[in-house]
Amino acid sequence: MATEPHAAGAAAPTAALRGRTVLAEAWQKACPVLGVVLALLVLWYAGAVALNGRRVTEQLDGLGERWGVRELALAAWSMERPVLPAPHQIAQGYWQSVFEAPPDSPRSLVFHAGVTLSATVLGFALGMILGVVLAIGVVHSRVLDRGLLPWIIASQTIPILAIAPMVVVVLGSLGLPPLASKSVISMYLCFFPVAVGMVKGLRSPEVLQLDLLHTYGASRVQVLLKLRLPAAVPFLFASAKVAITASLVGAIVGELPTGAQAGLGARLLSGSYFGQTIQIWSALLMASLLGVLLVAAVSLAQRLVGRVMGTPA
Amino acid sequence: MSGRRATVLGFLLLAALAWWMLARVLGPGPRGTGAPGLWTVLALWALLLWVVLDRLATLRGPRALRLLAPGLFGLALLLVWEVLVVGWEVPKVMLPAPHQVLLALAARWEVLWPDLKQTAAAVLAGWVAGCSTGFLTALVADRFGVLRRGLLPLAGLAGAMPIVGIAPILVMWFGFDWQSKAAVAAVVTFFPMLVNTLAGLAATEPMYRDLMRTYAASHLATLTKLRLPSALPFVFNALKINSTLALISAIVAEFFGSPIYGLGFRISAEVARMNVDVVWAAIALAALAGSLFYGLIALLERRLTSWHQSYLPEVVSTQPPRTTQ
Repeated sequence: MATEPHAAGAAAPTAALRGRTVLAEAWQKACPVLGVVLALLVLWYAGAVALNGRRVTEQLDGLGERWGVRELALAAWSMERPVLPAPHQIAQGYWQSVFEAPPDSPRSLVFHAGVTLSATVLGFALGMILGVVLAIGVVHSRVLDRGLLPWIIASQTIPILAIAPMVVVVLGSLGLPPLASKSVISMYLCFFPVAVGMVKGLRSPEVLQLDLLHTYGASRVQVLLKLRLPAAVPFLFASAKVAITASLVGAIVGELPTGAQAGLGARLLSGSYFGQTIQIWSALLMASLLGVLLVAAVSLAQRLVGRVMGTPA
Repeated sequence: MSGRRATVLGFLLLAALAWWMLARVLGPGPRGTGAPGLWTVLALWALLLWVVLDRLATLRGPRALRLLAPGLFGLALLLVWEVLVVGWEVPKVMLPAPHQVLLALAARWEVLWPDLKQTAAAVLAGWVAGCSTGFLTALVADRFGVLRRGLLPLAGLAGAMPIVGIAPILVMWFGFDWQSKAAVAAVVTFFPMLVNTLAGLAATEPMYRDLMRTYAASHLATLTKLRLPSALPFVFNALKINSTLALISAIVAEFFGSPIYGLGFRISAEVARMNVDVVWAAIALAALAGSLFYGLIALLERRLTSWHQSYLPEVVSTQPPRTTQ
């Protein structure tokens, strides 16, 4: 009993020390990033003055009063439809459309993000399935390996996104909901990195390991399930991070030219029609956050799967 | 030798059947469920193709022979597309047949060629601007460690963002003409170049760097004689990724407003008029131009980084020949 506080007292400094070094390391890592972000913000505010300057000076001259740099800057940072909105205006617009509008109204960014997110996730899932199936086919068939794989790679040079409006229009005329047609585009963008990554991954087991399974008399299915697929998991997650971003881009572009009423892409388009720059930037901020969150979610899944499989992180 | 003869025979049979199916489909005659003979032949043809391709895959020979399999596969895809679409009378609005796309390409060449030139100029300008600024930024960031540590996480973050979304803003800033598309392409291509070049500059082996240090080589000398050459594969990787990215982003930017020509404009305009064959023609043109661009860069890469291990002759495999089970 009596020794307990003593032991705790001895342990505490080391824990605190460790905490402090972790903090110091984090601080050392964050410092340059913060510096660059700060520099960008300063540049942004200066750019807002420079870009909005002409219209603001006309406005101020129209008032007929004397004005200085202070008035110019303040006016440039608070225009209603600025050429380049100041960061705090974007933050304000974002705040209003996320937290102050009811989440089911078309004025809410949460609503639009939800629409885009559903298409992104559905397309991502379909693309992953298609990519994995194609990769398994390529690894197991000489014909697909020699015949199909070059075309999968060549398909990367085709501007697939250009078909997006057509796919949405055509599938829409077949009576499919917009969600399905958008996710078809996302799927198309997704399957490529997954297929290429998985081909590499499924081929990553060493000859020695394959030979071992061969001596066990394992069938091809068993080799696939017990050796190739587990070996391909790191490759799968690396591709998934690329694919989920591509999927998001596909969903957003799929919402552009279809007269879609909902989704971040529709938000971008209506903003560009009506010159609502703050609305565009808020939608962009939302899309970026969504992208970062999705990649973070894939990383989390990777860590969880890694823990279950017992592979070192 | 008899194997080779069988392959040649298979080829001839494939070609004859393909010819028959094309003639049958493009001429008058029953379609859809009324033509069971055609579908049987198509199924048999696909089977035969598989066998021939499987034989081709085992052949070892010059490069041209290895290109034969993917070439045949591509042609077969086109043929199956043609036969299925025409044979089942799929409406043109849904999916035009390859020959309709070709006809549209020929008929609308006068329109599509200026479209291509407009978009290609924007893509090229943006690609050059984005890649060069990305490269130079990487060089500066590499020289000053603080900057690199500050930029790299942000660039990684930018990789997770749909940067194409910036298109409407840049179209507002730079107007409807090609400059705004070039600007979008430049912004989109900047980050991959930055990240790849930084990774390439960091990829030299410590032993080589130590060697340079024992020579008392300056930063500049180390950079030009060791680190830049070894970063070249990474730089070329970015150039290749960016060629596609630039094309896509320029086309997407044209959806937000453009003069009355440009491939993106053509696509959105003809979609609205339901002229789907022209849309496909525009896409085929874009794909062709994109592949050509990509191929040129790949060719240059092969020239400049021929020392890299991915181009060295393949090490003779110690793996025993695959047994069929």
